[in-house]
Amino acid sequence: MLKYTEKIQETAKRLLTEKAVDVFIGYKKGSVPMMNEPLLIADPARADRLYWDNFCGLNLCNYLTKRTDRIGIVVNGCNSRNIVTHIIENQIRREQLYIVGIPCEGMIDHRAVMRSVKQKEIRDIQQKGETFVVTGADFQETFHKKKFLQNNCAACTHHNPVIFDEMLGEPVEEPARVALYEDVKKIEEMDPARKQGFFTRLISRCIRCYACRNACPLCYCPTCFVDESRPQWVGKSKDPVDTMTFHFLRAYHCAGRCTDCGACERVCPMGIRMRQFTKKLNKDCQDLFSWEAGLTLDQRPPLDVYRPDDYNDFIK
Amino acid sequence: MEHVGIEPGRLHFSWISSAEATKFVEVANGVANEVKALGPARYFIKKRAEVA
Repeated sequence: MLKYTEKIQETAKRLLTEKAVDVFIGYKKGSVPMMNEPLLIADPARADRLYWDNFCGLNLCNYLTKRTDRIGIVVNGCNSRNIVTHIIENQIRREQLYIVGIPCEGMIDHRAVMRSVKQKEIRDIQQKGETFVVTGADFQETFHKKKFLQNNCAACTHHNPVIFDEMLGEPVEEPARVALYEDVKKIEEMDPARKQGFFTRLISRCIRCYACRNACPLCYCPTCFVDESRPQWVGKSKDPVDTMTFHFLRAYHCAGRCTDCGACERVCPMGIRMRQFTKKLNKDCQDLFSWEAGLTLDQRPPLDVYRPDDYNDFIK
Repeated sequence: MEHVGIEPGRLHFSWISSAEATKFVEVANGVANEVKALGPARYFIKKRAEVA
């Protein structure tokens, strides 16, 4: 993955120098290990700050909406699907974009790394091929990347960008068959009381910081329903029912649009696995409409079209 | 909603034209009976603010 850093820098420099784009969006190395930050550059001389490794889990498509200039952007599989979604939803025009694709090998779950070093302070992480070396004040350990992938990356079926102007590497092989929704199926089999317990516990730690919403490229409304006060759709307190309402509605707003990029879970300061909400909706979209978000520009999303044979058994 | 714990039978969807008075009565009674049979809802009900 590291090898892409140089290629990204070269490409960004070229695009900015040739004035093919006005701004280039990529990642830079974070000020603390495992936390790479988004970086927008307009000056080709600053291209050397761009960076790429297995900790680029934030979704850069967040920075596309409402822009009117020409943008160069680095994308992996799931981020490219978010670009498709943005184009379908008229948030950006294809002509504005120069998409630099990277065949993704998955992002490393920083929480899993922290757990494996018993939450001790990590000072540095060096990646070497399939492994990475974690260094702290009084320890050094080597781990295998494959065992530390984010949950959504481990079950990813779209590593390669679906839309791009330029690819920086050979496409990686997509897994033939992945059991995507095992966890969702397990919940589906529970009785209502256990489901209630599961989801109540799941969000019990939520502090309503809305980091999940802010990190999500799908959330681009000028005023989010949780911020609105006239009318006030949902209570703003930490009351469990209000919190639950927020999570339900946030998930519903992502129905048929979520690419399971995992940015929401990655940024949650409390480590809440809120993908359990969106995953169920993704599964329903798959089961009922054979739809996966962001794969093609030629088809309207399921919640956007009406067909006489749409699933409607629930309407009496 | 059933996936997150709302009991089956508590949430109903129906399409009734303004000309279908009979269907409206049937559906309304049907919904009322089914929900009554389930008893009072205890989940996802905001009783009072649990935080000040």
